Amino acid sequence: MFSRIASQATRRSVQQAIKPAVQARFASTKPAAAANAMQVAGVSAAIVGATGLGYMYANDNVHANMADEGLHPPEHPWYHNGPLNTYDHAAIRRGYQVYKEVCSACHSLDRIAWRNLIDVSHTEDEVKAMSEQEEYQDGPDDNGDMFQRPGKPSDYMPRPYPNDEAARAANAGALPPDLSLMTKARHGGADYVFALLTGYVDAPGGVEVREGLNYNPYFPGGAIAMARVLFDGVVEYEDGTPATTSQMARDVSTFLAWAAEPEHDERKKMGMKATVILTGLTILSIYLKRFKWAPIKSRKIVYNPPK
Amino acid sequence: MPSAAANGLTRTIYNTIFKKNSVFVTSIFVGAIGFEMAFDTVSDKVWDNVNKGKQWKDIKDKYEQ
Repeated sequence: MFSRIASQATRRSVQQAIKPAVQARFASTKPAAAANAMQVAGVSAAIVGATGLGYMYANDNVHANMADEGLHPPEHPWYHNGPLNTYDHAAIRRGYQVYKEVCSACHSLDRIAWRNLIDVSHTEDEVKAMSEQEEYQDGPDDNGDMFQRPGKPSDYMPRPYPNDEAARAANAGALPPDLSLMTKARHGGADYVFALLTGYVDAPGGVEVREGLNYNPYFPGGAIAMARVLFDGVVEYEDGTPATTSQMARDVSTFLAWAAEPEHDERKKMGMKATVILTGLTILSIYLKRFKWAPIKSRKIVYNPPK
Repeated sequence: MPSAAANGLTRTIYNTIFKKNSVFVTSIFVGAIGFEMAFDTVSDKVWDNVNKGKQWKDIKDKYEQ
């Protein structure tokens, strides 16, 4: 009984289906997207507009003045710019010397250990000798007393002040920040550090900088507690390079860039190799897919209507 | 089902590499090791050429005792 009802129902539905000539529309058989170009353009404009509005409302710190953001540092052609370029390791070595002789009086470099310099800018023997120049406090001896011992490569760079309060007290209330990640922690990276170090100028007319602060247009706000420290010849390079202000600034910026990103050389090399392999595999995949699909895409389907 | 004609070179390759699975798998491993060696050597050469004089190995001779 049910089969009779079912067959009657299917016959009726088939007749209803055949009567109006329904044209199935699939996106893959459409001649071109231009069939509704106005709609595509409209939707694209709406997406772009919505994204713009989103950014506008998300970023609430819109400045129109240079003083708040700091003067945008010019972009310099660093030797390590570009996807295939390593650091200039001679510059890292000189930059370490500048850090040691000039900056380490106030700035710590907590994340760098002596051993990190080995085979980057110094030999192992040199690093051992340099670390032994510093004294480190070590754990209780058999009597329970702490003692001082010469450094070894596993120790970290010595801190100029034991804690932040001592640092502030010695610097008129200002805390010299740790430099281990400075090029990653500031907009502009090495460009910013270089511009800051070489950017000390007299304050322009009408700009008041309070006693104890110095004017530097690259520093957000314009008034920085650090005075200019790099002057020509303040360091004597062991490789004979003339130690001009800009040379020292360039070298110490390179050193700080390395300190913040010591994996940089290896990372870029691996990136080059990965890009080559993945590009090759992508081209191979596209060719293979089109090769296998060729029979499907070139077949002809013929419908012979019943007479 | 359309298929490519098995001419001389294709047939030779099939018979030597693809026919027996043990040979196939072995050739994959050997091929991977060989490709890796060759690729790494060429990459190192290109890398060192682009970065001539900048890397530690280029300047370390000045400081080794």
